[in-house]
Amino acid sequence: MLDLKAASIAANRFGLGAKPGELDAIAKDPRAWLSRQLVAETVAGTASWPAQLTGFLKAQHERKADIDAFKEFRKAMQQDFRAAAAKRTLDAANSPTPFRERLVQFWSNHFTVSVQRPVVVPTAVGFENEAIRPNIFGNFRDMLKTVAAHPAMLLYLDNIKSIGPNSGAGLKNKHGLNENLAREMMELHTVGVDGGYTQTDVTELAKILTGWSIANAQEPNSGQFRYRPFVHEPGDKTVMGKTYREAGQNEAITAMNDLAARPATARHIATKLARHFVADDPPKAAVDALARTYMETDGDLRAVTMTLIGLPQIWAEPQTKIKTPNELVISACRSFGITDVQAGEMLLMGLRQMEQAPFTAPSPAGWPDTADSWISPEAMMTRVEWAMAVGQKLEGQADARDIAKATIQPVASQNTLFHIDHAPSAAEALALLIASPEFQRR
Amino acid sequence: MALDMPFENIILPRRAFLTGVGAAALAAGLPRVVLADAPTDKRFVVIILRGAMDGLNVVPPYGDKDYAALRAQIAIAKPGETDGAFDLNGFFGLHPALAEIAPWYKEGALLPIHAVASPYRDRSHFDGQDVLENGTLSARDTESGWLNRALTAMGGSDRRIGLAVGQSIPLVLRGPTPVASWAPTHMPEANDSFLTLVQAVYQGDQRLSAALADGIRATAAADHAIGTDNTPIASAGMVDDGKPAPYRGQEALAEAAGKMLADPNGPRIAAFDAQGWDTHAAQGGAKGRLAQALGGLQASLVALRRSLGPAWKDTVVLMATEFGRTAHVNGTNGTDHGTGTVTLLAGGAVAGGKVAGQWPGLADGQLYQSRDLMPTTDLRAVMKTVLAEHMGVPRDRLDGFVFPNSSDARTLKGIVAA
Repeated sequence: MLDLKAASIAANRFGLGAKPGELDAIAKDPRAWLSRQLVAETVAGTASWPAQLTGFLKAQHERKADIDAFKEFRKAMQQDFRAAAAKRTLDAANSPTPFRERLVQFWSNHFTVSVQRPVVVPTAVGFENEAIRPNIFGNFRDMLKTVAAHPAMLLYLDNIKSIGPNSGAGLKNKHGLNENLAREMMELHTVGVDGGYTQTDVTELAKILTGWSIANAQEPNSGQFRYRPFVHEPGDKTVMGKTYREAGQNEAITAMNDLAARPATARHIATKLARHFVADDPPKAAVDALARTYMETDGDLRAVTMTLIGLPQIWAEPQTKIKTPNELVISACRSFGITDVQAGEMLLMGLRQMEQAPFTAPSPAGWPDTADSWISPEAMMTRVEWAMAVGQKLEGQADARDIAKATIQPVASQNTLFHIDHAPSAAEALALLIASPEFQRR
Repeated sequence: MALDMPFENIILPRRAFLTGVGAAALAAGLPRVVLADAPTDKRFVVIILRGAMDGLNVVPPYGDKDYAALRAQIAIAKPGETDGAFDLNGFFGLHPALAEIAPWYKEGALLPIHAVASPYRDRSHFDGQDVLENGTLSARDTESGWLNRALTAMGGSDRRIGLAVGQSIPLVLRGPTPVASWAPTHMPEANDSFLTLVQAVYQGDQRLSAALADGIRATAAADHAIGTDNTPIASAGMVDDGKPAPYRGQEALAEAAGKMLADPNGPRIAAFDAQGWDTHAAQGGAKGRLAQALGGLQASLVALRRSLGPAWKDTVVLMATEFGRTAHVNGTNGTDHGTGTVTLLAGGAVAGGKVAGQWPGLADGQLYQSRDLMPTTDLRAVMKTVLAEHMGVPRDRLDGFVFPNSSDARTLKGIVAA
């Protein structure tokens, strides 16, 4: 029997919204449709991103001699970034594996890097494709380590500037530690703010991370990870009760493995997953189940994701979550079959207008994941204005009734369908569909 | 347009000139804004400085014998020296990037309070901001903010008394008392007939219908106050000229907030954010990231004062941050998360022209955990004083309801104009 409600949950809560025709296909076996997507992939063509950073570092290094060249480079780089960010949205909208894309974006948000720090511009998109995408079904500790070694994160959270006070460089230049990466690694990436660490633990982890850096403009492999023994703080360090013997670059690897293995990390990640996939206020049973799998499998994210698919709480009730602006725009592009930037310009502009342009999160904590943060009266008005603008843009290209049937029908109220049916114009019918509670929720 | 005209006569769509919707089209069944008597004519603006502002360089204690050595290359030079601070009282100075508002101090419209901290003693931005905004002793203690509870205590149940400026409502203003929110729009305004349809579709969705109804009311109120000449304002997150993104648009938000607050029928309390304070690296002295962030804040304050017009004399602006930064410069020309910091009050209703608070000193034994400026004034005491003496919030509601368990944080003398 076709289960269209379950298909709607699979397509919207797990996926990124239904494409026309997709609901019927998913309805044959929603859970199988999801589990089929649990295969990691790499993305071809990301090789240009390290080159971007190399070029940027070179232009920055030489900017005293040639400021115009630097400005030119920066401008081109920002254009490239915007094009890549737009492509990222459209790729998600057209993906045949939208659950996988949602997970990529979930983990990318968990390990936020943001172009609010302009130095992140050349690496932000590459970061997601290189550090996140290949690891979402692997082991959490591997994602953690790949992230921490990625130039985007090392630049974003200042680790390239952190210098052990008793290292060669520290003794010579009186430079010192920068705690930024160490603190966020504990507070945001692993054990969470209640994970039982102290200021001393932050400082000690910062010492462990000294030396994790990138090659500069004059060094070989410029822009890529480089361990710098000369800035590494020598001696033993103790983090959360465990002492790490001096081991150079490997100290951080051991420390991250240990952080990943902590029950507090399991709990922190389980809570974030449950908040994203079940409800803003996640039920304890769902969090418990996810955390249990995490601990039993030593952080195997494929196993954790399988548990997620099986959570009865997710399938119990549709439409518990309000879409973020990012989810709203992607799902609209998906429903209307928008495949290229030019055709989608109006829709993509919504990301900026609703203040969730890709890779612009306001802080390392990433984008919030609760309706409270996204449904202020002002934000609601902006959503409605955007819906109206999109309706006007797409008038004549799509029939609201057809799209409604292919997207929100299984969960739509009679009231919503009635108003779409009886809208005074085709543009308003499309706009009402987008503005409808059933389309605004997932 | 006469400012004292009741709202119901002059609901205007935002940027009517763009959509071509005239007043005649407004007859549709929108909820009309009904005036309620505002509980006070005083104005209160809260600017949340997210990221932990470094009080030791914003109001540098250049007269402290330990200051220059702790701050080394990022120390603010003494008054009179190159790039030196503006002298405040022979001991404290004001960061040189604040040239435009330095005269406010002499005028009595600027009051730094030094060595202030909220009750929060750890060093997470997010928990620190939570405590700053929720007004309790610990993070995630409550879903409402102290400013929202203050509205309740004032009897300000009309949703237009409190205003969040920006796309989202900060925790400090969230809570059971409804508030308006406003941000500039880049899109053509949704016309009234379409809004009526959307309201009909939202009938069964409590959450969305409440937000939409509030949004429509706030839009009408904002249009009334600032007119329909809504010049597009750069949105956050744009990256076209290499300038740090957080300051763009901040000034315009302040300008709009001032206009709305100036309206006799407009809000009395507004809150918005200012960002860019997390200066782990390249904080600098007279120039650098901190100077840039201060430049953005200063531009906002100047715009706010200008647009408030005569209402400035009835205004207190509170600028508060989640915690301060380390007393020592770190290894990257910056400072890390600390504890005590400076809190700034500005406005015509401030008893400024002095530096309030108790200075704990910066010697080794005087620092908090041998690391940070020791807090000597509870930030809640500052907030309570402004609420009690300026906004007229009943004192018996402050200790238990607005700021639970805050009887230790006694109100301060002489920070608000009598």
